[in-house]
Amino acid sequence: MRRVPFSASIYVRLVGARVRADWQYRTSFVLLTCSQFLITFLDFLAIAVVFTQVPALAGWSFSQVAFLYGTTAVSFMLCDVFVSEVELAERHVRLGTFDQFLLRPAGPLLQLCAHEFALRRAGKLLQALVVLAIAIATVPVEWTVAKALMTAVTVTAGAVIFSAISVAASCIAFWFVGTQEVANSFTYGGNFASQYPLDVYGVWLRRILVIVPIAFVNYLPATWILDQPDAIGLPGWAAFVSPLVAAMSAAAAACTWRSAIRHYRSTGS
Amino acid sequence: MHLAVGDPALPEHGELSVALIELDHVSKEFVVHTKAGRVRRTRRAVPAVTDVSLTVEAGEVVGYIGPNGAGKSTTIKMLTGILVPSAGTIRVAGLDPQRRRRELAARIGVVFGQRTQLWWDLPLRDSFALLRHIYQVPAARHAENLGRFVELLDLGAFLDTPVRQLSLGQRMRGELTAALLHDPSVVYLDEPTIGLDVVSRQRVREFLAEVNREEGVTVLLTTHDLDDVEQLSTRLVVIDDGRVIHDGTVDEVKARYVEHRTLVVDLEAPGPSVRVQGAEVVKVEGTRQWLRFHPADLSAPELIARVVALVAVRDLTIEEPDIEDVVTRIYTRERATDDVARPGEVA
Repeated sequence: MRRVPFSASIYVRLVGARVRADWQYRTSFVLLTCSQFLITFLDFLAIAVVFTQVPALAGWSFSQVAFLYGTTAVSFMLCDVFVSEVELAERHVRLGTFDQFLLRPAGPLLQLCAHEFALRRAGKLLQALVVLAIAIATVPVEWTVAKALMTAVTVTAGAVIFSAISVAASCIAFWFVGTQEVANSFTYGGNFASQYPLDVYGVWLRRILVIVPIAFVNYLPATWILDQPDAIGLPGWAAFVSPLVAAMSAAAAACTWRSAIRHYRSTGS
Repeated sequence: MHLAVGDPALPEHGELSVALIELDHVSKEFVVHTKAGRVRRTRRAVPAVTDVSLTVEAGEVVGYIGPNGAGKSTTIKMLTGILVPSAGTIRVAGLDPQRRRRELAARIGVVFGQRTQLWWDLPLRDSFALLRHIYQVPAARHAENLGRFVELLDLGAFLDTPVRQLSLGQRMRGELTAALLHDPSVVYLDEPTIGLDVVSRQRVREFLAEVNREEGVTVLLTTHDLDDVEQLSTRLVVIDDGRVIHDGTVDEVKARYVEHRTLVVDLEAPGPSVRVQGAEVVKVEGTRQWLRFHPADLSAPELIARVVALVAVRDLTIEEPDIEDVVTRIYTRERATDDVARPGEVA
């Protein structure tokens, strides 16, 4: 029996092909990257405007909120570049081009992510990294190796959580064609909600954000990194479980994806 | 022109007696929701393929034809494991395509004529290189295969052209190469000649005949172009309304469904319609007349003798029944009178 292992080399080659294909339209590629870099700064500017009126938001200073913004933005944009285009699964399902992924001896999710790899969103990722770098430099925190490591882990786990939500939400397309906006509301909504300290939200919304599990993307770890009180009132270890939550989310997303593929194969629509 | 089938390649697993492709009472139905009232929807099962049984031996070339919506594409998708049958069992090279889809994918090649599996914005050559990695073909074997296909299909001139700039004929040659580079034992072609000009069609056919003869690749093709079937297939499977309504050689089909033949007569000078008992003139064009006759009632030599006795003839030819007519006849004869809504071709 010929085993067809998950192959990182296939992924790298497929991504390479995608980048070369994008590079065929290099003017549009460069313009898009630059404009996205600038436009996402407007996004951040909105937060800055709030702080011209108030010195702090629910006990969080501007630089601390910038840290929240930076971490969630880097996570979200990583997901955006590498995974979030799985939302195009909907288009592939509708046009019937999804079949090509099933006809090859490689995983369909791997192929889809590689096929839709969005280097053109690197502009947004760059902006997010700039904001995060400035925030790290300005927050009133005594940086230790542990805290630096925690920041890196948080961003990575956050990217995994966003990716898991993205994949799971995209699976809706296999049951109900024309539902891409639903998927977007989960991912973009989650990203937006986590730009602010959860202290500003009502109790119920905070609880929902723990379950979704957007609170683990940045807020809970950030309370430990920035020595801020946790408004949700979870035990202290909750700040450290993001990687576990990320792993669980990824597993749940993988299961959803598998059942979506099964459903596709029995309906073909 | 009927092409000889070469040494059949046996399935790798060594199950010698097992046919390469086996469909056993396979059915597939799709659930369609129809609006009933403002919110309510009713579920209705629409059959796409009904009770199809089919066995294809290694090395065969099978033409699978039927009108739009007959269930051809659905059958191919079930064979590849993209779709799961509602009932019945399928075995390809001894494997269940539903369960062993990825494993089987390495051993089959597929061309969907209306879709591409090539990388649109990259040179054709790049698509082949990517496929080599996806299918994990050893570099030497890949180079050898590619060299042969480049020669057979004359790809050399446009190997470095981005796929989006290729003509349809060039692209189809690329698709065929892409489907065959990993030495599959079966290749499924869903309308491989759709939209191609005469020359390109001929080239595609010759290529398929060649890989079948030389490599023993089993070919299952669906088409609307019956010349494909006539030139390539030894075997013709006609499907309509999801059912197999005929399975046999092309000649058998003709013998079974064609009641009349046509004698084309070139007269020395234009004249009135030739009146011969047992035949009727169906068309007149200058000095040329077409006489339709029923071989069962009147043999061809007898008819010719009668015509020659009656008028001065310069030339005579007997027109072979056009397979297109044959198939039209099959469809119209076999189709049930109830005109139920069919699911879409791809569904």
